[in-house]
Amino acid sequence: MNDIWDGIVQAFILIYKFDSDLIEISLRSLQVTLSALVISCIIALPLAAVLTIRRFKFRRFMIALLNALMGLPPVVVGLLVYIALSRSGPFGVLDLLYTTTAMVVAQTIIITPLITSIAHQSLRELWSEYHDLLISMNTSHKQRIMTLLWDARRALLTASLAGFGRAIGEVGAIMIVGGNIDNATRVLTTAIALETSKGDFALALALGFVLILITIALNIGTHWLSKTESEGRW
Amino acid sequence: MFPLIAENLVVEFQGKHILGPIDLKIDKGDIAVILGPNGSGKTSLLKALHGILKLKLGTVRWSCLRTESIGKQMFVFQTPIMLRRSVFENLTYPLLLRKIPKTQANHRAAQWLDRIDMRASMKVPATRLSGGEKQKLALARALITEPEMLFLDEPCASLDGKTTYAIESLLQRCVADGTTIMMSTHDIGQAKRLAKNIYFLNKGILESVQPAKTFFIEPLTQNANKFIAGDIVE
Repeated sequence: MNDIWDGIVQAFILIYKFDSDLIEISLRSLQVTLSALVISCIIALPLAAVLTIRRFKFRRFMIALLNALMGLPPVVVGLLVYIALSRSGPFGVLDLLYTTTAMVVAQTIIITPLITSIAHQSLRELWSEYHDLLISMNTSHKQRIMTLLWDARRALLTASLAGFGRAIGEVGAIMIVGGNIDNATRVLTTAIALETSKGDFALALALGFVLILITIALNIGTHWLSKTESEGRW
Repeated sequence: MFPLIAENLVVEFQGKHILGPIDLKIDKGDIAVILGPNGSGKTSLLKALHGILKLKLGTVRWSCLRTESIGKQMFVFQTPIMLRRSVFENLTYPLLLRKIPKTQANHRAAQWLDRIDMRASMKVPATRLSGGEKQKLALARALITEPEMLFLDEPCASLDGKTTYAIESLLQRCVADGTTIMMSTHDIGQAKRLAKNIYFLNKGILESVQPAKTFFIEPLTQNANKFIAGDIVE
């Protein structure tokens, strides 16, 4: 119990003092996670829309596969990305191992199936509502996709936030591909793991509280900006 | 674009015979009203002619290319499908799909808001409107594109007298502007008020096509006679 209390006090002190290490680690966490999130959304949202409106061979298989990949073990993803980016790997020439770029790649692989699956679920419901109307208006596939993505934007925001939550709390994969190098690839989760292994539970907890604060603040901020719950909207 | 000619039209759904074989011809300026008991195939006939229902057999031909005709016809569903957008955005949607400049689309939408007496609700989410308002908006959204052919599936089903009158006024005005109408209804009074020709359907078969003036006095078939009298049609 003392550790928890010490953690809360230390977190408060770190934030109050604008601790430079904490700011740097937090900003790096956000940079890596938001980069992965943007790339994932660019891939996942149109993919979810295509899976919703198009009928093609292996479509059902793809949906089932994406659902299964939602539970992709991060450590395995980290290991695969590590092998791919290591000197002897196919992308070794890019020299990306132990960089934030490698961490972004790993996180993108982890959250893309999650965002695609949740987005697909929302878009499928909207498509069943809009189907007859959009067909009768002779819309093109592109117009259907744009209409669905726009009108389901709030549900898609939730899908993206779920991806954000998974990415910012991820530790296994980014530890392997990032290496937890001080001033280079250390982020909040890997710093927590390090401090815990060193036995400094108070600092680890303090970093944990900061991580939770960032996640809550970003979620509330996003919902507030998009006016998700305001009256008269969907 | 006219006449619209359907030849040997047959529709099946999941192996069950729904409609046909049907032959019919619709000329420009017609107000063709489809009458018939529940399950007679009225909605299926409208959807098949509009091209949103796959034909098992037969053809639907216009005197122009299908790519040309498809942009000049609109469909209003029995249960209005509202986009999850404001009333105003629902009106501009079909115009923007047709690449009409936004300023022009906004201007036309504003005109139609006045015409359907909904200017006060322009920013209201369309899904929050009453049933009658939704149907008026769905009709306005179809008419704003100035279609040459308008299909309506029981547009006044379960609406009160005042809203029915408002919708009929809009339909009469659009016919005066040169739009051809084909609609289904259960309301004999409405058919008497609007129809030029009556298409009587029973069990998927087009039993008679008759000018409205004579249909209600001397129907060609016994089933039509029973339907007008309010008796059960076998």
